Amino acid sequence: MPASSLAPARPSLCARLDQVSKLFGSFAALRHVSADLESGRCYVLLGENGAGKSTLLRILAGLLHPSLGTVRVFGDSEPHKARARIGYMSHAPMLYDELTAQENLRYFRNLYPGRDCLTPAEALRQVGLDPDLDRTLGQYSQGMRQRTSLARVLLPVPELLLLDEPFSNMDIESARQMVELLAGFRQTNRTIVITTHQRDLAAPIADWIFTLHAGRVASFDPGKPSV
Amino acid sequence: MTGILWVHLVKDLRIEWRSREAVNSMLFFALLVVVLFSLSFDPQGAFSRDIAGGVLCVATMFASVSALNQAWAREIRHQVLDAQRMAPTPGADMFLAKVLANFLFVTVVQVVLAPVFVVMYNLRILGDAWKLALVLPLGTWALVANGTFFAALSIRSRNRELLLPLILFPIFMPALLAMVLATGSILTGDSDPTLWIKLLLGYDIIFTTVSLLLFEIVLHAE
Repeated sequence: MPASSLAPARPSLCARLDQVSKLFGSFAALRHVSADLESGRCYVLLGENGAGKSTLLRILAGLLHPSLGTVRVFGDSEPHKARARIGYMSHAPMLYDELTAQENLRYFRNLYPGRDCLTPAEALRQVGLDPDLDRTLGQYSQGMRQRTSLARVLLPVPELLLLDEPFSNMDIESARQMVELLAGFRQTNRTIVITTHQRDLAAPIADWIFTLHAGRVASFDPGKPSV
Repeated sequence: MTGILWVHLVKDLRIEWRSREAVNSMLFFALLVVVLFSLSFDPQGAFSRDIAGGVLCVATMFASVSALNQAWAREIRHQVLDAQRMAPTPGADMFLAKVLANFLFVTVVQVVLAPVFVVMYNLRILGDAWKLALVLPLGTWALVANGTFFAALSIRSRNRELLLPLILFPIFMPALLAMVLATGSILTGDSDPTLWIKLLLGYDIIFTTVSLLLFEIVLHAE
């Protein structure tokens, strides 16, 4: 919700941003952003390049600290402490070109000891990739890398999914499949935050649509989820 | 060795096995330094034993810088480091795995370099040759432990290739001197290198501990 309409904390609250600003030197990437993210909802972030979408996602992921304001994720004021419960997908694949998809996923799965993770094959099947493909990631197309990256995010079964431009480099059919997959996650009470330029693609699963402009929340509208 | 450390180490070794970026670049550079020095000084007898320790250590040091930079550049390339930061595992395991991997790569280069070195410099070891098996690993560990830490520190800098030697070499200087003097003592047989070996051991323990303690801060720095 926007700053003016902050609701009191509810048990289903997944994350809360309160007057969050982020400065890079003298440049303000985010200015006084406030929002409540409820569990089991899908939030779509729109905005032109440089509007602050990726910065907001990185702050929620605990990869950046806000310069001003506070962020609480799963009730913890230090999001990095909740990082095992967060899945973050950037526009870069966040995987090694020299390894196969299975090897990449096996490596990341092993970094979540004690957590009930999907197997690499399960995660790859979920995103529509063949787990037996014996090629290194460097030989994959951009779209396949993007899917493998999503498979990496899904491995630890995160409760909060932060997806930065997940549909970029994907053909329309693959993007629609991904939207259906994400709709399934939302139904399992997982919170999804997606940044995208492709509003039409994400709209069918959006419960709320944010628009960021020059680091500020320009609009915050209810969506009409249909998937 | 914890399980997570092993996971990181296996990944680093597998990637290097497939790309051979670090070992090839180090080997080429180190061979070049050794050959150029041998041609420049025409080393013979006692003179070659005097300078050999220094040449070997400096060749290893310069060659390692490229591998140390590459070690973290791989993690930055597709923002893999961010995915690792998101994982609920201690950064110290990742750091130690990286140090072990780099240590193995440098050791491989030294093993290949050693016979070439002996031939090019007409070396005959007059001291206890087995002590080289202590000096070289201890000196190499000092180099890669510090180098891996400072490479991580400078990885987000635009001039990281320049920055790493600028930070690393002054801090590595005491270990370099100990390594050169110990190697020289062993080659010439003139003095006992025990003091220098102890110094290297102390240096390794202190700097590895400090790096391990500080690495989490470096890893999560913006």
